[in-house]
Amino acid sequence: MCLSIPAKIEKIDGETALCSVGGSTLQAHLELISDEQLKPGDYVLVHTGFAIQKLDEQEALLTLQTFKEYYELTENPEIEI
Amino acid sequence: MKYIDEYRDGDVVKQLKDEIVRISTKPVQFMEVCGGHTMSIQKFGIPSLLPENVQLISGPGCPVCVTSRSYIDKAIAISRRDDVIITTYGDLIRVPGSTSTLEKERAKGANIQVVYSIMDALMIAQKNRRKKVVFLGIGFETTTPASAAGILKAKVAGLFNFSVFSAHKVMPPAMAALIDEGVPIDGYIGPGHVSTITGQSIYEDIPKKYGMGVVISGFEPVDLMQSILMLVKQIEDNEPKVEIQYTRVVKPEGNIKAQQMMEEVFEPRDDWWRGLGILKDSGLKIRDEYAEHDTERIFSDVEVEPLIEPKGCICGEILKGLKKPKDCKLFGKVCNPLNPVGSCMVSSEGSCQAYYLYNR
Ligand code: SF4
Repeated sequence: MCLSIPAKIEKIDGETALCSVGGSTLQAHLELISDEQLKPGDYVLVHTGFAIQKLDEQEALLTLQTFKEYYELTENPEIEI
Repeated sequence: MKYIDEYRDGDVVKQLKDEIVRISTKPVQFMEVCGGHTMSIQKFGIPSLLPENVQLISGPGCPVCVTSRSYIDKAIAISRRDDVIITTYGDLIRVPGSTSTLEKERAKGANIQVVYSIMDALMIAQKNRRKKVVFLGIGFETTTPASAAGILKAKVAGLFNFSVFSAHKVMPPAMAALIDEGVPIDGYIGPGHVSTITGQSIYEDIPKKYGMGVVISGFEPVDLMQSILMLVKQIEDNEPKVEIQYTRVVKPEGNIKAQQMMEEVFEPRDDWWRGLGILKDSGLKIRDEYAEHDTERIFSDVEVEPLIEPKGCICGEILKGLKKPKDCKLFGKVCNPLNPVGSCMVSSEGSCQAYYLYNR
């Protein structure tokens, strides 16, 4: 039940959005994030029919990246301070 | 799929694993609070990637598991009335009550409908004005805003035949109670989707008061391994704090709009948790302003059968992280997902089901 999935907004119609996840589509209510600027192409996290947050692409990349950089640093002790 | 596949990258997981092995020196035990984490951890075999000295234990974050049997019994009693339609998330339908389940009642003719969202329940209420439509509201901070949105909508639309039976709970009191009880925990893998709503401030007491770290984590293998690495690092550096690993979703302040809606409709009350008993201000009750949408008030006169707890089920101990499903004599033999004895086997987020599916 606590499962939430990242879904891509295809179309916004008032307080709901048509979203796609993999090959299927689902409807997400937008009441809980109506403060956000949303547009087709954005990803939202959908939980029990409600979008509960917009996914942050920048942060998503950063999470993977910061780790890579950190790892490269510790992997190469020469450049460690 | 975007936002999923890249967090399942085997190479990155391997690098994280090596790093954990490299920096960790102390024996530690981390608790994953959330049932969704328990599922991922078992599914992806995370424990087998960790060194001997880093152990994981499951916590109380499975809403179905901690819900009381008397709640199910009351829902069943209400479902037996002719003028009622019960609407529920699929998770609850097979949870054993004292002598029956909602699924059995439905087979006997009760009008019980599984919905994906509370909005579907509202639609049922709209189409069945002569019936009283009850929505079983369970879940933590992730799910509660949806219930709040549903109640607000019902009020605006004048749907007075719609009510919510709240068993909603909040996470922090349970996390504090486990430490107070002396469960050996060295750090929390914090619930990602609860925190999406609440933000990180609800955990600040844990490092402050107990000197223990919380890392709010995503649900994919890279997320979990990275969170474990962050906790190990905090311990090795002796710097317990609240950190967010799941930054692509969780903002430090959370989802303020959702918090406001939750606050508008619900107020705290003491509540009972399987394994932990009654915890102060750990449950949510519908405020007086929304009394006409509160199942408890509408059906305060319903007679409920006497409570019978299942013999031999150690769900409570498992939810506290003191025992593992394999310690239960009924596990896998008498109790399995098709024939669950306790709620930890029914729920798709329950430890017993996770172990049964992935780690038997
Ligand atoms: S295996 Fe079944 S009976 Fe045993 S603790 Fe888990 S749910 Fe309860």
